[in-house]
Amino acid sequence: MTVTARIVRRKSPVKRALLYVAVIVVCLIFVFPVYWMVATAFKTRAQAFSWPPLFIWEPTGRNFIDIFLKRQTEIEAITGWELELATGSEIFFYNSLIVTSGSIILALVIGTLAAYSFSRYRPAGTDTLMFFILSTRMLPAIVVAIPIYFFYRALGLYSTHVGLILLYTMFNLPFAVWMMKSFFDEIPKDIEHAAMVDGTHPIKIFYKIALPQVLVGLAATIGFMIINVWNEFLFSLLLTERSVRTVPVAIASTRGEVGINWGLIAALETLYVLPAIILIFLLQKYLLRGMTFGTVRGV
Amino acid sequence: MPTRSINTFSIFLIVPALSIVFFLVIFPLFWALGLSFYSYNVLRGGLPVFIGLGNYGKILGDPYIWERFVITAQFVVASVVLEFLLGFALALLFYQEFKGRKLAITLVTMPLLIAPIASGIFFKYIYDATFGIFTYVIQSSIGVKINMTKDYAMLAIVLLDAWQWTPFMMLFILAGLEAIPKHLLESSEIDRLSRFNKFRVVIWPTIRPLVTLALLFRTMDCFRTFDTVFALTEGGPGAQTELISIHIYRVAFKYFRTGEACALAFIVLVIIILLTNLYLRMVRREAS
Repeated sequence: MTVTARIVRRKSPVKRALLYVAVIVVCLIFVFPVYWMVATAFKTRAQAFSWPPLFIWEPTGRNFIDIFLKRQTEIEAITGWELELATGSEIFFYNSLIVTSGSIILALVIGTLAAYSFSRYRPAGTDTLMFFILSTRMLPAIVVAIPIYFFYRALGLYSTHVGLILLYTMFNLPFAVWMMKSFFDEIPKDIEHAAMVDGTHPIKIFYKIALPQVLVGLAATIGFMIINVWNEFLFSLLLTERSVRTVPVAIASTRGEVGINWGLIAALETLYVLPAIILIFLLQKYLLRGMTFGTVRGV
Repeated sequence: MPTRSINTFSIFLIVPALSIVFFLVIFPLFWALGLSFYSYNVLRGGLPVFIGLGNYGKILGDPYIWERFVITAQFVVASVVLEFLLGFALALLFYQEFKGRKLAITLVTMPLLIAPIASGIFFKYIYDATFGIFTYVIQSSIGVKINMTKDYAMLAIVLLDAWQWTPFMMLFILAGLEAIPKHLLESSEIDRLSRFNKFRVVIWPTIRPLVTLALLFRTMDCFRTFDTVFALTEGGPGAQTELISIHIYRVAFKYFRTGEACALAFIVLVIIILLTNLYLRMVRREAS
């Protein structure tokens, strides 16, 4: 701190002003696309198609109502995808919510148990198994998706909530195991050892002593898992039909259409990325760690 | 509790995790490996015909697929290099102390959590040739109206990737910079080291491991890129941005040449496993 503080003091006012200008420009570049999406969500169809683009306009909330309430009959005259999009996006949000929460609970329970075992008991082959579990997550989704597609069709899991939940459990499991192991590794083992010598049952040691100490880590892990599943696109695209379709697939089915109503899409996207915008503030401290499966602790 | 039952307990805890991985990864992958030795097309129906290494031979001898690998490599190299350079610059900027630094970092890292499919769709609007804001900014500054996703498709996907992932690179490098012991920085100033020497002697040795990890992580991730490109260009125009992942998708789910797609997937799998191994070896080396 002392060094950086000294560097600050030495800076001339001109340099400080330049620093702020640079920071503001950088922030603008990274935030602008998100801002523009949110702004477009509040534009009418004509405003969204305006050239030059409108920076000041009279905002409308109509799009947010339309994506949920607009019905087929009102819109049939326009384009095919709008029919699909407009007939109630609540189903997509409902699906995303079900699939996200279901898979997170499963992955969290299964992953935390495994992580605890890997961290504390280190059963034979721990390193190999840990590597193996992580490597499943490094695979390109499309590689796993092909066999799963046929597998699911054969088992009747295709286009079901259960199928997607199982799949996303698998998807998040490596993350849960590695993240939670990194948090378990950090807490001191002395109390657990003492309890073990006293003859306390290992299950009790786990949930009475170890678990309460990693609650913050658990919350961070959940945060990242929400994002992982909420943002996943390819599996949902391949494995669902309309009734089970999640939000990202609904958004993507607007691709390539002529005469797209960008205001509507922007409204749908705004609601869709809202959790990410909230979570970036909550997870900031664990960002590096979360993006590297706990392998890089960060500062 | 005796050691033996502790052992049983420890294995009992990992069994659920391993079963999920087995049923949803290993088993399907072996199925796919099997299929990769057959000629099989779902649309045409009929039974799969065993052709041994036929699919692999066809893939490795197909110039179109080699071109996909070349395009993927171009995309990976361009994106990773750009993200590294910009990320480094941003890390140096945010290493300074100033008011609102935390908030600024949070704002810059926002793209990291946004769904790639959403940013892909939205950049399509931003790049749009007739009313996109990007087109407008370019036209106002250089006076030419451009069609990014058509005439500069590769640049368009690289820029999108850089927007989304430069903050990732920045986080790594910033973490590296903040890990430099303060006394080293102080003594380098007392010794009046030149800027270059200060970088070479003090800064680089500390941040090198994190930079290596970040580069490797981004390389693997870039190699797998699907959502953004699928949303933005769908591999077009023509096949200019048809990355290997998009190509596998097309072979498997547009033409339904399943056997061939599986073989291709396995080739990619081997490449990824090599990269992952490299990554984990580095993590372990840095950890010890």
